[in-house]
Amino acid sequence: MWYFKALPTSKIIQFICLSVFLIFFFGPLLNLLLLAFSGEWQYPHRLPTSWSLEWWSFVLQDQSITRAMGLSFLIATIVTLLSLIICLPAAYTFARIQFPMRRFFLFSYLLTNAFPKMGLYVAIAVLFYRLGLMNTFVGIVLIHIINTLMFMTWIPSAAFANVHQSQEESARDAGASPFQVFWHITLPMAKPGIIVASVFTFLSSLDEAQGTFLVGIPDYRTMPVIMYSIIVDYPSTAGAVFSVILTAPTIILLLVARKFVGGDALAAGFKMK
Amino acid sequence: MSIQLSITNVTKLYPTGEGVKDINIDVRHGELVTLLGPSGCGKTTVLRSAGGFIDPDEGEITITGESVVNIPPEKRPTAMVFQSYNLWPHMTVEDNLAFSLKLKKMKKREWKEKVCWALALVQLSGTEKKHPSELSGGQQQRIALARALLLQPKVLLLDEPFSALDAKLRLELREQVREIQAREQLTMLFVTHDQEEALSISDRIVVMNKGKIEQMATPQHIYNDPASLFVAQFIGRMNFLKGEAAGNALTIGPLSLPNVKHLSGEVTVGVRPEDVVIANGKGQGIPAKVTKVMMLGHYAEVTLHTFLGVLKMFIDRNDIDHYQLNMGIAVTFTKVKSFNGQQVQMKKEEISL
Repeated sequence: MWYFKALPTSKIIQFICLSVFLIFFFGPLLNLLLLAFSGEWQYPHRLPTSWSLEWWSFVLQDQSITRAMGLSFLIATIVTLLSLIICLPAAYTFARIQFPMRRFFLFSYLLTNAFPKMGLYVAIAVLFYRLGLMNTFVGIVLIHIINTLMFMTWIPSAAFANVHQSQEESARDAGASPFQVFWHITLPMAKPGIIVASVFTFLSSLDEAQGTFLVGIPDYRTMPVIMYSIIVDYPSTAGAVFSVILTAPTIILLLVARKFVGGDALAAGFKMK
Repeated sequence: MSIQLSITNVTKLYPTGEGVKDINIDVRHGELVTLLGPSGCGKTTVLRSAGGFIDPDEGEITITGESVVNIPPEKRPTAMVFQSYNLWPHMTVEDNLAFSLKLKKMKKREWKEKVCWALALVQLSGTEKKHPSELSGGQQQRIALARALLLQPKVLLLDEPFSALDAKLRLELREQVREIQAREQLTMLFVTHDQEEALSISDRIVVMNKGKIEQMATPQHIYNDPASLFVAQFIGRMNFLKGEAAGNALTIGPLSLPNVKHLSGEVTVGVRPEDVVIANGKGQGIPAKVTKVMMLGHYAEVTLHTFLGVLKMFIDRNDIDHYQLNMGIAVTFTKVKSFNGQQVQMKKEEISL
């Protein structure tokens, strides 16, 4: 106790705040993890009474579930690559070229995130019916890209803008063609921002359920879509196993990219210039 | 010596109305020419035109006799050092320096040797594996200079390369650049707004104002004989007084001096503080009152109040005891420059240091 008495009040308050935050943040995750590995867990026991991997084998052996996982990762990869191809040139344009209505166009990327998603999806679904894109792979990819456009343009655009004109010019001066300058100088310098944006794109695609549900059912069931039915149809342990599997790629990706994922890159992306 | 860079009738006007008009500059081989002027005078436009980063509207630019107007920067035999952000932070110093050599598909042994040579030239050997962020601002600029030298340019262009550095470092680098330039027989076009810098390193200075060349001459000539009121105001310190010119005489208060330029009417007379001296005879010269004496190192500055206005006078630091506050003296001028028209009020930052 003497230790706590020696501490100033502000420190103690900070400590309490941190503890509350940690409980709120990691509590549910911990609970999920326990649940996923539990065999039997009944009230009033604080910990599971028996441990088992029963639901893990169920989930991993179920053909439709493993197929959904594969599909989810395939879609996320394709969506990320396509967004990169579509958005990087746009991002570079926004960063380097002053054209009329530039701010308006940059701002318009926010529009897809400004409306309730479901309303937007229903409107798109009507369009997709006409174009025959319902229940197709292309349709799902398109729906996912709508969500990722903003990240993929804003964040890399800020990263490109941070590369100074004279850094590009001195590369030209050193004998590099405009394309070589982009490849050797601008792109590597903007890489952290692009990686952050790609991670977000990948994760948001992996996580997308509403639009996929509307456009992809019945043939294309991704992990989040399957998750709904699992939560409804099976005991909560199955759901827990499944969310651990869904969470794992997020954590792995964030760990790999943690060098790049910082508040700076994100904040820069959301600054209007 | 032969002409290395020739800029002929170059005009570039921006939609804002700024720009440069009819610029003619010849730079000889091994010569260091400085473009000097206040911000917005067009000096950088001229430099960037030579480097290929700006397409002039009209005019011709040749390097060793060959036109470069339609050649992109990467193909021009020029190298440029920018004010800042020269280096690429994601590469080591070595990679920064070797970038151009690798583009030329040079063998590793060869470029390693060249990088070594360039680093030795700017006295930064041993920094090969460092990243630019680990170097100080002055070191980064030296690396940028080394990289420019590795291009073996026929003309080296420098765009205020030292202006982001602190005064002491600026002085040091200035000297170093001049040394390297003289040793390697480099042809350089140097842009600065710092008149002291221009005076100290140039073979010739081009003073620019509002997109036009005011005067092009050696530093000494420009200091001793400014061609226009603008140049007189911009270069060095100068007192300006009103005078009257008629016939062969130039009258400044009680003083009468020869009217060398044969002006007439009201003129502005410029006097350098070092050309203000105590009048010899009794009752001669302009009566003045000492209002301030400042010791400035190897000389001292005396501020005088006269009926013609405030005058600054430089004196030997050993004579400082002869001047007391509120003492009445009489001064005369050993050398004056007269100009037509009124003195223009310049913004403080334009006069610079």
